[in-house]
Amino acid sequence: MSLRSITLATLTKDIRLEWRSRDAINSMLFFSLLVVVIFSFSFDPNAEESREIAGGLIWVAFLFAAIVALNQTWARELRNQVLDAYRVSPAPANALFLAKAVGNFILVTLLEAVMAPLFMVFYNLRALGAAWQLLAIAILGTWALVVNGTFFAAMSLRTRSREIMLPLLLFPISIPAVQSMVEATRIILSGDGSARFWVVLLLTYDVVFTTACLGLFKTILQAE
Amino acid sequence: MYPVAYPTALCKSQTKCIQSQSRLRQPLKLPAPVSDANIPQIIVSNLIKQFGRFAALRGVSAEFTPGKFYVILGDNGAGKTTLLRALAGLAHPTRGTVSILGKRPQQACREIGYMAHPSLLYDEMSGMENLRYFAQLYGISNDRRCEEVIRSVRLDPELTRPVGQYSQGMRQRMSLARALLHDPEVLLLDEPFSNVDVQSAREMVGLLKNMRDGGKTVFVVTHQALLLEGAADEFVWMQSGQIVSRTPHFASEAGMQ
Repeated sequence: MSLRSITLATLTKDIRLEWRSRDAINSMLFFSLLVVVIFSFSFDPNAEESREIAGGLIWVAFLFAAIVALNQTWARELRNQVLDAYRVSPAPANALFLAKAVGNFILVTLLEAVMAPLFMVFYNLRALGAAWQLLAIAILGTWALVVNGTFFAAMSLRTRSREIMLPLLLFPISIPAVQSMVEATRIILSGDGSARFWVVLLLTYDVVFTTACLGLFKTILQAE
Repeated sequence: MYPVAYPTALCKSQTKCIQSQSRLRQPLKLPAPVSDANIPQIIVSNLIKQFGRFAALRGVSAEFTPGKFYVILGDNGAGKTTLLRALAGLAHPTRGTVSILGKRPQQACREIGYMAHPSLLYDEMSGMENLRYFAQLYGISNDRRCEEVIRSVRLDPELTRPVGQYSQGMRQRMSLARALLHDPEVLLLDEPFSNVDVQSAREMVGLLKNMRDGGKTVFVVTHQALLLEGAADEFVWMQSGQIVSRTPHFASEAGMQ
């Protein structure tokens, strides 16, 4: 019984549950689509302005959409108190955390894969810098959002108004990550210098917060 | 011989009162031969559990020997479920200790099977899928054990319907199957017969009796104690977060109440 096998079992279970209910993915897609369409009609920017604002717009849309998935992922553990069945088992707490974080990462990445081309079309975007770097930023940025999001969603699980609690806890702590993502995206889209600093900052953020979350999750899981 | 009543540690006046009541109800204490069966498997010592200012458990002290069938009874809010959760390691004591086979409940989790009032199952998955997942948490990778345990509660492992579409009785039985999955030494069952028809409840009692006969220690929290008369070894009565008496028969205590 290893960390890897339990993580994999829990991840498979979560994907199966999401596939059957499609609760999170449908809400996320619908929400992101609304943001893209409404903002494109509200601002109507030219190509130059689009490059400047698209980074902020796209990441804020993904951040808000991710909240839906993050709340959903723990909500199903609360139904029938299934989380207690995990708590009384000898399975390591970190396996549950990793499975949830990876599951959310897959969901948000799927959303990004669908929504990014739509953003490109609606805002008439074309990267003037190294476009491949956007992929690295997407991976690191998404992980930054979901690793903290998964942790804080678990933390706010037993609070009375957890849907409000999660953004309150998550957004302030995500500011460095969001700023890195937005700046790096803007630089790459406008071809205005190097995004190296922001990528390194994002990477550091990921390492620090993944380690902290893994270190603290057992306490969160065992809390009443 | 049935175990004697254990007075709970409370304030002096309460303790005196309970001790005097317990003395009246205690069966004659005879010296018993020393064997493994008489060494307490579960020891609860001065257990206090508070939720804010409300004390759900108020100094519970008790010892439970292995291979016995205990029924925990009491009114709503008496602390039965909290005691069971403390034994399972789900409720952390505010004060006092719980020892299961000489270990803390969290360390003895492989020896504990816990069934709560809610099913602890995923509604969107079938019974077999649920059990397959929970089996992996205990390092059980073959389906045979899952099938065996589902059959033992008189359900069909081939049933593909999601648990959410099961009747309440079927859900309770599947929940029991989940608790039995890793063949635990100690079974902690909270309201296993609620919303279960009489026939199914009797079958479940029979199954639990067999488990006790096989050497397992069974704890059942229930309001349907009559079902367990004849099957249970001891009835543990709780009131206001304390164990007030322990009797071998339900009827005798119920008459005294």
